[in-house]
Formats: sequence, C-alpha cells, structure tokens
Amino acid sequence: MKPLSPRDRNWHPPALAHAYKTSVSRSPRMPLLSLSQTPSELTGPTFGHDSIGALDHDLLRNYATIGDPIGERIIVHGRVLDEDGRPVPQTLVEMWQANAGGRYRHVNDTYLAALDPNFGGCGRTLTDAEGRYNFHTIKPGAYPWPNGPNSWRPAHIHFSVFGTAFAQRLITQMYFEGDPLIPLCPILQAIPDARARDLLVAPLDMDATIPFDSVAYRFDIVLRGHRSVVFENRPEGN
Amino acid sequence: MSDPAHPLKETASQTAGPFVHIGLAPLDAGVDVYASELGREIAGPDVQGQRITVTGSVFDGTGAPMSDVLIEVWQADADGTYSGAHDNPSGFVGWGRVVPDFKTGVFSFTTIKPGAVAQPDGGRMAPHLNLWIVARGINIGLSTRMYFPDEVDLNARDPILAQIAPPPRRDTLIAHQRPEGYVFDIRVQGAAETVFFDV
Repeated sequence: MKPLSPRDRNWHPPALAHAYKTSVSRSPRMPLLSLSQTPSELTGPTFGHDSIGALDHDLLRNYATIGDPIGERIIVHGRVLDEDGRPVPQTLVEMWQANAGGRYRHVNDTYLAALDPNFGGCGRTLTDAEGRYNFHTIKPGAYPWPNGPNSWRPAHIHFSVFGTAFAQRLITQMYFEGDPLIPLCPILQAIPDARARDLLVAPLDMDATIPFDSVAYRFDIVLRGHRSVVFENRPEGN
Repeated sequence: MSDPAHPLKETASQTAGPFVHIGLAPLDAGVDVYASELGREIAGPDVQGQRITVTGSVFDGTGAPMSDVLIEVWQADADGTYSGAHDNPSGFVGWGRVVPDFKTGVFSFTTIKPGAVAQPDGGRMAPHLNLWIVARGINIGLSTRMYFPDEVDLNARDPILAQIAPPPRRDTLIAHQRPEGYVFDIRVQGAAETVFFDV
C-alpha cells in the first residue's frame, strides 16, 4: 500500500465554477481537509472477468434486439496509466453516453430527440495487462441543457475508472477532436489549464479504424501515481 | 518534501452529470443491459457481522435533496480488513453503489458494520464507511466518511476525526442512531456543511 501523490487540485476543475450554474449550490464552501492516507484510501475494490459479459464493451450489440443502433460507428480505445506512465491492468472502465440524436436512455431525460430502440448507452470492460481498453459504439450527438438560454453540450462520452486504490477513483468526460461546441462548454472550460482540457479531447486515430466499418478515437486515461519518497511515519512509502 | 515530477498528469475530472446511473447503475436508469450489475450488494446475506441499515439524503446549499446523486461505499469487514474482491467466496465485497429515490432523494442501503481498521503505525481507526459522492454540479467527486454514534471511545481516539477543526465539525461525520437504523445526512454546502477530504 504505497501512498499516492497528492492530487493537483489546480489541474482539476474547481468545485465552484460560476458558468456551470448547478455547481453553485453543489460545491462545498469549506476547504477540503487534507487527509493522511490510510488503508481506507489506499485499498479499493477489484473486479474479475467473470463479472463482465462478453458483449459488455460493444454498445452496437449489448442492447440491440431488432437491428443496429443508428449513428456513426466508432471505436474508442486507449490505455489506463498512472502518473508514472505505468499501465493499470485489469481495472474496471465503465462508460455511458447519449445516442446519435443526443438522447440518453434514462428515466429522467426528457429531450425531444428520439430514443434508439437498439441502443442502451453504456459499456464496461477490464483493461488488459498493458492497461488497454476498447469500446465499439456510435458517436453520441450534441444536446441542449438548461444552463443558459441556449446551451449545448459538445458530443462526449462519460468515463469511470478505478485503479487499485479508492483514492484513485475518477470520473471524467471524453470529447471529440474538431467539435465546434468544445470552446462553448462551461463544464469543460471549468478546467483552468488548457493542457488539461486538451487531454480530454480524443483525436481521430486512423491506425485503429476498421476499414469500411468504423473510425477510431484514442483516449488515454491517467490515474494518480504513487509517492516515491519515504516519509518518516510511512515505512511503506517506497 | 516534494515529489519528483511525474511524467504524466492525472486526467482532469469532469462531472458525472445527471445520467450517471446509466453507466454505473443502469437498472436504476431503466436500462436492462448487463447480466449482473456491479456494486448491488456490499455484503451478502451470509457475511459475518452486525447487519446495519443506513438511510439519509444528500442536500445542496439551498437545503434541497440531491435526488440524482450516486454514492459509492467502501468499507472494511467486521474484523477491520479491506477485501474488495468482487468474487470473494464469503460474499463480502466491501464496495457498493447507492442510488437514492429519484423523487425524494432518500437513499438507503444495508451492509455489515465494519470493524476498527489497523493503521500501519500500529494505531487503529474507529469503524467507518468511506463514501464517494458524484452528481450533476459536482466537478470532482466528494470524499467523506460516516462514523458510528455507538463508538464513542474509538471515535474519541480516531486519528482522522482528531484532525478536524473546529471540533464541532466532527459531528457532521457521525451518523445518528434511530430505531429503524442509522441515519446519515450529507450537506454539500451551507450551515453544518459535511467535512470532505482531500484524500
């Protein structure tokens, strides 16, 4: 149980981002309490292949019953690494997204775009020994949301990742290279550093396309790394 | 003491949004896609330990319940050991996902009471549940703990609770005992704001 490096809170979006209005009443006002990491933070759940179905990563097929989902067929793939560049093997990666029209299959989504009877909108997989994952899906559509009078989310896919310690737990969103809505999105623009924002924008990856089938986008995910220094009260640190 | 520079930076967080349940608890969203969902049971019925129920709500700064949150629970077993294997033959996972009622915002889950957790330095932490809260409007997941009101002595010696100042804020992490079980409300903002950790 090696301690994790501190999280760089200036790299992440702040809890309060005024342009993202929902964050105003949902952001703590008191400072976070820095915690000496204990086994509660440095352990975490593990998952085995027996808990993941063979089609769970294939959104073209994991929900379809009467045909294929509507939309651009895409592959989204990449690696899960830690901040030291080490692959994170056999970690659970989950994703969810809107359909090609920008509609989520969720009891609370009332957007007028049609549901797709062949598209559920979620997938999950475990990374391989080199930290690689891949999903086969359709490109999600942009959709309006009630932030301002005319706000649109750029096309995006939500990702959830575990790592080996509960303190590495991360949820993020992946965007698509070239989307003109990206600079207008207050959720993405809440991230203060342009380099951090750019890393959430997946580039087209021609090498991973399937000719006459699907284009590909590449999205690598980096989880917190470990400290490599020994602290006087942390004999396990290195 | 500073860390040597890492070659990579952690991927920046983004909000889980209002439809997080599609991805992490699809049945709650109305999507029946997986043969079995992860995190549905923290501790199976045969797991040793005192079975407990925890009920509560997450409130925003206006005092309104946040009915679209998703909470993850991470806990030790009755002996104070973290296991976490999804296929543990004992039925103990120690990790689970909690989704509130979408109309009322009230959540409820059942598990076993964890034991005190040994620290590498020889100390012990009072029994507690680790909670991670994500939702629309939360840009990066919030980490907190729930402690037990019937562990007065261990709570008084708990090294994490001891770090909380001013001391009355410690009470925001201690559940209430009611006839129907433990009640733990989380206040994301405002008077009696819950203590959240930079873990």
